[in-house]
Amino acid sequence: MNKTLSTFAWVAVALLGAAAVGVVAVRRGEPINALWLVVAATCCYALGYRFYSSFIAAKILALDSRRATPAERLENGRDFVVTNKWVVFGHHFAAIAGPGPLVGPVLAAQFGYLPGTLWVLAGAVFAGCVQDFVILLYSVRRDGKSLTEMAKEEIGRVGGFVAYTAVIAILIILLGVVALIVVNALKDSPWGTFTIAMTIPIALLMGVYLRRIRPGKVLEVSILGFILVLLAIWGGQWASLTPRIASVFTLQGTTLAELIIVYGFAASALPVWLLLAPRDYLSTFVKLGTIALLGIGIVVLHPTLHMPALTRFVDGSGPVFAGKIFPFAFITIACGAISGFHSLVSSGTTPKLIAREREARMVGYGAMMCESAVAIMAIIAACVLQPGVYFAINSPAGVVGSTATAATATISSWGFPVTAADMQALAHAVGEQTLFNRTGGAPAFAVGMAHIFSQSLGGAAVMALWYHFAVMFEALFILSILDAGTRVARFMIQDALGHIYKPLGRTSWYPSILATSALVVGAWGFFLWQGVKDPLGGINSLWPLFGIANQLLAAVALCVATTIIIKTHRAKYAAVTLVPLAWLVAVTFTASWHKILDPNPRVGFLAQARVLAAGPATTASARLIFNNRLDAALTAVLVVMVALVLIESARQWIGVLTGREAARVKESPFVPTRLAEDRA
Amino acid sequence: MSSFVKAARLLLETLREIFDEAAYERFLTRTQRTSSTKAYAAFRQESEEARTRRPKCC
Repeated sequence: MNKTLSTFAWVAVALLGAAAVGVVAVRRGEPINALWLVVAATCCYALGYRFYSSFIAAKILALDSRRATPAERLENGRDFVVTNKWVVFGHHFAAIAGPGPLVGPVLAAQFGYLPGTLWVLAGAVFAGCVQDFVILLYSVRRDGKSLTEMAKEEIGRVGGFVAYTAVIAILIILLGVVALIVVNALKDSPWGTFTIAMTIPIALLMGVYLRRIRPGKVLEVSILGFILVLLAIWGGQWASLTPRIASVFTLQGTTLAELIIVYGFAASALPVWLLLAPRDYLSTFVKLGTIALLGIGIVVLHPTLHMPALTRFVDGSGPVFAGKIFPFAFITIACGAISGFHSLVSSGTTPKLIAREREARMVGYGAMMCESAVAIMAIIAACVLQPGVYFAINSPAGVVGSTATAATATISSWGFPVTAADMQALAHAVGEQTLFNRTGGAPAFAVGMAHIFSQSLGGAAVMALWYHFAVMFEALFILSILDAGTRVARFMIQDALGHIYKPLGRTSWYPSILATSALVVGAWGFFLWQGVKDPLGGINSLWPLFGIANQLLAAVALCVATTIIIKTHRAKYAAVTLVPLAWLVAVTFTASWHKILDPNPRVGFLAQARVLAAGPATTASARLIFNNRLDAALTAVLVVMVALVLIESARQWIGVLTGREAARVKESPFVPTRLAEDRA
Repeated sequence: MSSFVKAARLLLETLREIFDEAAYERFLTRTQRTSSTKAYAAFRQESEEARTRRPKCC
């Protein structure tokens, strides 16, 4: 009876999901309600988790709850700790959720809501969740080893080297591009800049409280910090309306970029724990709270999507970023569908906390599903805006024109009517001087979020507060990624340099700290500066570069997974990782080809360099030519490296399948668990 | 215990893990100290490098 009921329930979920996806995919010419996306996503995730992840767990990974995990065998109360599965789930989700699933889908909304939604759903269920789950379990079986170590052991030295280099490259490009997003959100915005500036004294206060008054009480100090940040947002309005103060906090893009570069260096090189740790906690607190709030808001308020299912820009002529729907939609949305960076988290802290192998399914597959749901929320936030407004915010001046009249005329001529008066009224409602040319996705997301919440909580009167809350939320956790990412990259470089000259590897030796910090900050600062100075807004060239690098790392992770699957004699199921790998290779290699060689100067780096070279020679054009050639070279290097990993992996697969090579995996030996069920 | 209380307790436990409060408690147990400004400073020092090496996604 129970089985019949269960079958009936799952058939109902499948039918409901199919109907919702059908409505999302087929409806044309009239706005649809956001709830259709929510229902489609919920049903897809439920089916994917119940059936697909269960199949992977049973047939490919053969999860074994009798096997002791490293958290049990190596428990030391520090890195290796047996932890409740829900706690590990929360921890893992907090580590993988960043600005990516919010920004990428907002940018890709230029194609309409449909491509992003389908890619987020299918990509997560069949690729992203699979990658996170499989890599997590393989790391658990290898004492919590990192992806680079697993790549080296299972594929060979080339695999290890490429994984290491790809991680560094991604970190550098990621930090440059997220810094650019903050700059674009805060430029000429005294309210936003004031609020973010206020987080520094708030963090210092939190640090003093945490260290001197109530040691270790992070949760309560985070709540206190959150209240102070809300006051800072409210105070930002006063600051923006007080001319003398507003003039201090009205900063240009270049000034903000300089400040962020100095901040990044100080955060990496100086012992500024008092500032950074509390702000890191605060940003996590705000991030988790805001995501939960947005989810509830969308379900309760179920706004209408005004963006069409598909726009004319699927042909590659989009103003937000240039390039056709294939492959660019699939590299623009990474974190919500599949992100190589997640494999670092799955082979980082998480495998050292898992108590039972079977919990890897919920943590690895399940947390990525939640990340994907965040991406669906971002698509909804972008698509509730009138398309004309969305394009006015996200289009660079170099594409639509630098005046309000020119920009609105261009956007209206595309069939997305918007007027300068509409944009002025909206800017006024959110407390900004202008919303034109706010590229990067964050301001559009903030306007969308403010639009959703202003439908009920406080109405239009508090739209400006919601907008600045959203900007603060994004800027705060992007800044915490900047300082954490800079230090992670610094440690990685120091580790490598330590093999050449031992003192360079010492993380407490100041000459090494200063040199490697300068190297890392200089590298991402270069990309940030390039973006700030780019007449096309920077996002057009930098976000695809980041997407390519991130997806190439996912390709490396899937190569590792496929190699282990084949070596463990489960080749008949290798398609589970091989198909997403083939898709990613097709997407990233095609995107790289376009970014390097496409004759359209808005798409191809080299074509743009040629156009600039044919124009008048100025210092600015010389710099832009150099930047474009460098971006092309970087893309080519990444692609060649991943091609090497693919060749090396394929050599291994063929060797094992034909019996020429022994199928040796580097798993830790089986040790039976001694954990009682209640402790696990 | 009602399931609501159970869920609330689990949520609090998760937050305590994410915000390193649980790690601090484990540190106190391991080093047999009581919470103080000195103990917290020692905990921060010990966990700082591991924390900053922890990858955080985009």
